[in-house]
Amino acid sequence: MTRSTPRSFQEIILRLMSYWADKGCAVLQPYDMEVGAGTFHPATTLRALGSRPWAAAYVQPSRRPTDGRYGENPNRLQHYYQYQVLIKPSPPDLQALYLGSLAAIGIDLGLHDIRFVEDDWESPTLGAWGLGWEVWCDGMEVSQFTYFQQVGGHDCRPVAGELTYGLERLAMYVLGIDHVMDMPFNDPAAPIPLKYGDIFRQTEQEYSRWNFDQADTAMLLQHFEDAEAECARILAADPTDSAGRRIVMAHPAYDQCIKASHLFNLLDARGVISVTERQAYIGRVRALAKACADAFVATEAGGAAA
Amino acid sequence: MPDLLIELFSEEIPARMQARAREDLKKLVTDGLVNAGLTYASAGAFSTPRRLVLTVEGLTAESPTLREERKGPAATAPAAALEGFLRSTGLTREQLELRDDKKGQVWFAVLQKPGRPAAAIVAEVLDAAIRNFPWPKAMRWGAGSLRWVRPLHSILCLMTTEAGAEVVPLTVEGISAGNSTEGHRFMAPGRFGVTSFDDYRTKLRRAFVMLDAAEREAVIWAEAGNLAFAQGLEVVPDAGLLAEVAGLVEWPVVLMGAIAEPFLGLPPEVLQTSMREHQKFFSVKNPATGRIEGFVTVANRETADHGETILKGNNKVLSARLSDARFFWENDLRRVKAEGLEGMAAGLAHVTFHNKLGSQLDRVKRIEALAREIAPLVGAAPDLAAEAARVAKADLQSAMVGEFPELQGIMGRYYAEAAGHNDGVPEACREHYQPLGPSDAVPTAPVSVAVALADKIDTLTGFWAIDEKPTGSKDPFALRRAALGVIRLVLGNGVKVRLSELLRSSFVMVFGDAFVSYYEFFIPEFEPGDLSGKRPFLHTLEGWRKGEVELFILRELAGHSPPETDPEARVEAIRNRVLAGNKEEVSSLLAFFHDRLKVFLKDQGIRHDVIDACLAPSPLVATSATGPGNDDLTLLVKRAEALAAFLKTDDGENLLQGFKRANNILAQAEAKDGVEYSYGADLKFAETDAERALFAALDAAEAAISPATLAEDFAAAMGAMAALRAPIDAFFEAVQVNAENPVIRRNRLNLLSRIRATCLGVADLTRIEG
Repeated sequence: MTRSTPRSFQEIILRLMSYWADKGCAVLQPYDMEVGAGTFHPATTLRALGSRPWAAAYVQPSRRPTDGRYGENPNRLQHYYQYQVLIKPSPPDLQALYLGSLAAIGIDLGLHDIRFVEDDWESPTLGAWGLGWEVWCDGMEVSQFTYFQQVGGHDCRPVAGELTYGLERLAMYVLGIDHVMDMPFNDPAAPIPLKYGDIFRQTEQEYSRWNFDQADTAMLLQHFEDAEAECARILAADPTDSAGRRIVMAHPAYDQCIKASHLFNLLDARGVISVTERQAYIGRVRALAKACADAFVATEAGGAAA
Repeated sequence: MPDLLIELFSEEIPARMQARAREDLKKLVTDGLVNAGLTYASAGAFSTPRRLVLTVEGLTAESPTLREERKGPAATAPAAALEGFLRSTGLTREQLELRDDKKGQVWFAVLQKPGRPAAAIVAEVLDAAIRNFPWPKAMRWGAGSLRWVRPLHSILCLMTTEAGAEVVPLTVEGISAGNSTEGHRFMAPGRFGVTSFDDYRTKLRRAFVMLDAAEREAVIWAEAGNLAFAQGLEVVPDAGLLAEVAGLVEWPVVLMGAIAEPFLGLPPEVLQTSMREHQKFFSVKNPATGRIEGFVTVANRETADHGETILKGNNKVLSARLSDARFFWENDLRRVKAEGLEGMAAGLAHVTFHNKLGSQLDRVKRIEALAREIAPLVGAAPDLAAEAARVAKADLQSAMVGEFPELQGIMGRYYAEAAGHNDGVPEACREHYQPLGPSDAVPTAPVSVAVALADKIDTLTGFWAIDEKPTGSKDPFALRRAALGVIRLVLGNGVKVRLSELLRSSFVMVFGDAFVSYYEFFIPEFEPGDLSGKRPFLHTLEGWRKGEVELFILRELAGHSPPETDPEARVEAIRNRVLAGNKEEVSSLLAFFHDRLKVFLKDQGIRHDVIDACLAPSPLVATSATGPGNDDLTLLVKRAEALAAFLKTDDGENLLQGFKRANNILAQAEAKDGVEYSYGADLKFAETDAERALFAALDAAEAAISPATLAEDFAAAMGAMAALRAPIDAFFEAVQVNAENPVIRRNRLNLLSRIRATCLGVADLTRIEG
């Protein structure tokens, strides 16, 4: 493992991949749905539940429609990447493993001031909470470090340790870049060097416009209702299929929960959800997440006796 | 005498929890040791981000042997009784003693509870302390079920005597106690063993851990001061931040940096807030200019480049933060200069204050009207007070307050100054939130006082109106604080105001607006002139007196009362209607004020019964020009203070007894006779000098008390009352009230009634305890 400074955004991602693969994690691919954070990936939300051991690492593109700034803000984006690690049960040396990953991406632990500063995590939409820290490097938050206590209303036993790296911000710090759009995506010496802006400036503009001004709110509301109804329907279905197989459809139901959550975020960005309605929508998504968690823990992957 | 050392080593403990955890560990362990029969000379607790430490010195080596005698059944008792006794004591028959008792021979058991070695007790006590530790929030980790604030990694538990050190054997959920610990995570990784507290402390220091938080604080503060002093600057004191930062580091290294030129023009509060909240930096001030020119950050380590990389990184993060702040500041200033504060405030129409109380703009309008009404009472120009109220909340619409809500008011003052105000409005923008807590300063500038009072009264009447009153420990809208604020503003500035009148006006605005808008909604052709924007108040009416309004409107439509054609007259009719229905709310809110006043005065050393005595309607004051005195808080407190002072004197105490005696005799006689002895005492039926002297004294007292009360000279009124003490004492000494002669008796009872009336004219002494 080289200790030299990486030269591009993708090199940092690749180094994280290789580091966590080395430490025994299954390196997964992003989930193929729109989510607000890496936590929503079923590899975290659902796999944090139940008794089965788990170790996974993956990049998750994340969408936060309200954070769109038409590509102009140096570090705010409506679409960005999170790097996510989930290990269950949390190993006793998780802090040391995490610090090793910082060294792997070129942060010299002998020169920087790394601190674990209290930050409790709570996701009202997932009915989840945990305790941990935000990790500071020279005063900048570079990661979120959480020991999951509950997900979907279920106690996590054993407890999973979750690491979330905000990749753009971390990479900008390591690479010494001031504006995200100026960050080299691939190697600057490559035949076709591409910057982050070459790939994402236009999409940030397009999505910012759609998120804030154009998204059809009546349609989004309808989709929300549909996703909610479908989730409930899937979970209420007879667990025994037409061929007599017992199959609980926890994951398809959870997909609908993810959809509802993202639709809520879009509606929020369009400014059509009032302060009082907000709580009600969050409560509806949480109810879906809980129902999916209930279903998952009754499956084999959820640790139920086969 | 052994010494005990305990270290609970974990992942990073939140800084804010460390001080309390030190105390809890000390208490749990030392209490447990003492309860088990051990004693100790002294104990001390310490913490760093990764460890909680307790040292106990001079512990007794074992607990004392306890001897207990238990009496059993009589020798003649059935065998089953004796068997039961043997079972409960765990002894055999041979071990019992037969002793002579009053009623014959009885079995006795002598139980010896041997002392236990300290180590066994420590192990038990520590195990229980770890399992039951009162963390504000605790968690599980891995596959275990132990709960700690963050994962617990090791337990060090060591007893040290002259003979050497021994580990106290103890295992909690798989973690076995040992004699080793770790140093600084980065500067001295690896474990090392220790033999005593002194050895532990010394080796930790060598491993770059400063054990004592107080020492870390002292080092940080001294270092920061030195760095600043070297450049002619000074660090802005911040005890809360110092304690927090000391809880984030094991090896504090203080670094100072300069704030870059483009940010030096930001208001000091903005720089301080941004640096403190986001970065946990101290602010460094230039004493010559008063400007914040630098920052101090505290790293957790030394580095080969003497902190250069760390400082550079921190500087970069700070620049990003301050760029945001400067962007907000400049945008806000541009807006204020272009649109004025009124322009900035316009957006308040779209901000909900509370869904039953309309928007922030609705609220601002009510505060404005109320401030105008209050202004003359506090010596402010009504127009100016109204203007200040209109713009006082404009800064809630600024970008800066959007980012840092704690800067509300502070930014308002800057923006008001930028808008060209130099008339008390900027101060009112800042001060109208005050006093925020019991120790916060009370504004004194007239315009500020007017707006501050209006702001708080509107909060109180609004939430009273929608029935969101505080209950028990629940006070989500901080209404107790608002009421205390009103009390302190009034008393602190000696404001003479009939509080119930202000409450009535305020309720009319809250309810009246609701009625008008409902009316407007109900009768489409109704055009109430300048009453636009009242529609939000429709919410208020849901479930509240809706029926009453409907009835009123239906009656009017049915011709039961002549419909008002003039819109203003219609509004007036509704307002009158509201006024009539408001009595209950006003008196209930006034009672809330009185409760808060009692709490406030109790803290000032005035007893609650003294306040009760002054709150009770006084017949004398009621007839005075000022009306019922208990809603004029300034007057009320003056009376209470005078009464409290009077009751502390010898005269006061005796007069109170005399009054009570008179009142009791009178009450008994009135109950018995079924009449009220309230007047007609005649000097000519007086038989003794003592009676005649009391007549004269009452004449003199009444003549003095009335004008003194009217002039609000309560000390004089109390003094006049005090003069009654000797004649009343002498009267009871010389005279039997219930005389044989009914005429004499009635006359004496009527005389007692004069005592009662005179005293009640000053305060309701029946409420005084003792």
